Amino acid sequence: MTTSAIAVSGLRKSFGGKVVLDGIDLDVREGTTFSLLGPNGAGKTTAVRILSTLIGFDGGQARVAGHDVAREPDAVRAAIGVTGQFSAVDNLLTGAENLTLMADLHHLPRADGRTRVAELLDRFDLTEASGKLASTYSGGMRRRLDLAMTLVGDPRVIFLDEPTTGLDPRSRHMMWETIRGLVAGGVTIFLTTQYLDEADELADRIAVLDNGKLVAEGTAEELKRGIPGGHVRLRFADTASLDAAARAFDDATRDDEALTLQVPSDGGVSALRALLDRLDRKEISVDELSVHTPDLDDVFFALTGHPTKEAVR
Amino acid sequence: MTDAVTMLRRNVKHTLRNPGAVIMTIGLPVLLLLLFVGVFGGALNVGPMPPGGGYVDYLVAGILLMTVGYGSTTTAMAVNRDMTEGVINRFRTMAISRASVLTGHVVGSTIRTLISAGLVIGVAMLLGFRPTGDPARWLAVIGLLALLALALTWLAVAVGLLAKTAEGTSPFVLVVQVLPFLSSAFVSPDTMSPAVRWFAAHEPFTPVTDGLRGLLLDTPIEDSGVIAVAWCVGLALAGYLWARALFRRDPN
Repeated sequence: MTTSAIAVSGLRKSFGGKVVLDGIDLDVREGTTFSLLGPNGAGKTTAVRILSTLIGFDGGQARVAGHDVAREPDAVRAAIGVTGQFSAVDNLLTGAENLTLMADLHHLPRADGRTRVAELLDRFDLTEASGKLASTYSGGMRRRLDLAMTLVGDPRVIFLDEPTTGLDPRSRHMMWETIRGLVAGGVTIFLTTQYLDEADELADRIAVLDNGKLVAEGTAEELKRGIPGGHVRLRFADTASLDAAARAFDDATRDDEALTLQVPSDGGVSALRALLDRLDRKEISVDELSVHTPDLDDVFFALTGHPTKEAVR
Repeated sequence: MTDAVTMLRRNVKHTLRNPGAVIMTIGLPVLLLLLFVGVFGGALNVGPMPPGGGYVDYLVAGILLMTVGYGSTTTAMAVNRDMTEGVINRFRTMAISRASVLTGHVVGSTIRTLISAGLVIGVAMLLGFRPTGDPARWLAVIGLLALLALALTWLAVAVGLLAKTAEGTSPFVLVVQVLPFLSSAFVSPDTMSPAVRWFAAHEPFTPVTDGLRGLLLDTPIEDSGVIAVAWCVGLALAGYLWARALFRRDPN
């Protein structure tokens, strides 16, 4: 039997008359990764701050790890870990001291605390820098230390608010590996991101948040199905080839000046094979082919009818 | 309680990591001490002094007041740094005693301030300061200093929580630096203009200075001791309640 790690219904929050969360419902099963996807200002961080007991809310119900967020915040706090968008590390302490501080606050016995700290330093590749002040750490190291601090207390539910925003590709992949490892260990992850590929890569279920409302919820496959915007772009050497191709694909859009044709497609291998076979049969030669998969902008445009307000990558 | 001890340990580590701040909180009062004893002292009229007493004997109580004031301003900045760095938000999402975060700062700061005050008294004795030898009076001096430190530190914590940036704490710094000048800390209020004299007679730093001075010099303190304690307890309570209310507020 599976139970809910996070159950939210009709959650509402406004700041000074501005509605930030307009009645959202969420259900996250234990041991899964759930991703809240949306552009800046959609309300993602507000949702995390409410569910992690940092701020109150105006209406609705929220339970985390079986406890009511409003009535039993301490029970919720004992079960969760939070890593925000901006690292919350103590700059005047070393990496090891930051972790020891967490071990002490979780009341781990001294010896257990030491073992746990050493283990986390090693796991997050921080052993070498453990004696240096956190203020001297690079962005990626700080983020790793931050997450390591979150893990000291073995939380059952972990909130990750845009954990890879601003990270270089290597650190980003390291973060993804860590998240996968945590889920394998039975932890529930609540992840916010503005990157579709990140949600796609990690999440069992994705909810899309726009202007404080959930506009879609489902698996990555379910969401991407039916989202237009994915296409294959073909470029030709001359107008004759373009004409021939345009006749072969009547749902395509042509650009005479650039000698290109955009054929709607999900970009998958079988779709590409079918497309190339068709071009072969008609004996049309293509100069160049590029695949454009739907990105967050396409998802947003499809779901909300307006593009994301902020530039996304 | 364990959490408060953990937070205190964190605070002590911060102090040891950042000796510059401590040197400042001792250095400035010592500088004032040297300046007033060496430069202005001879020209200042402080009224009758006990036999054999010099201006330094009059001055030490006021300098101790400044020491406690400077000490509290570093706390305002430390609390503010915790807020802006986001580490307090981490503590808020953990199942720990919420009070421990602030208590760690207050207790750490009070201990730090008492050590600074001890060093300042040491320097003053090198300059000829001859305080009382009565242990009971010394205990009372330490008690009053600790109470004043507690009062100013709780206010400093509230200011640190309220300010959006470290610069935002500067009005508080100004107040604790200027108020001693408008009290009996450096010169006797009898020499001040009537309006300032009225203010000096009714602000908290005057009874605290008078109380400290009387205790240190073995002279009668009359009712200034009671008034000083009342002010300190009142300010500490106000600062504590204010800080608690600010801390319970949803963070930005």
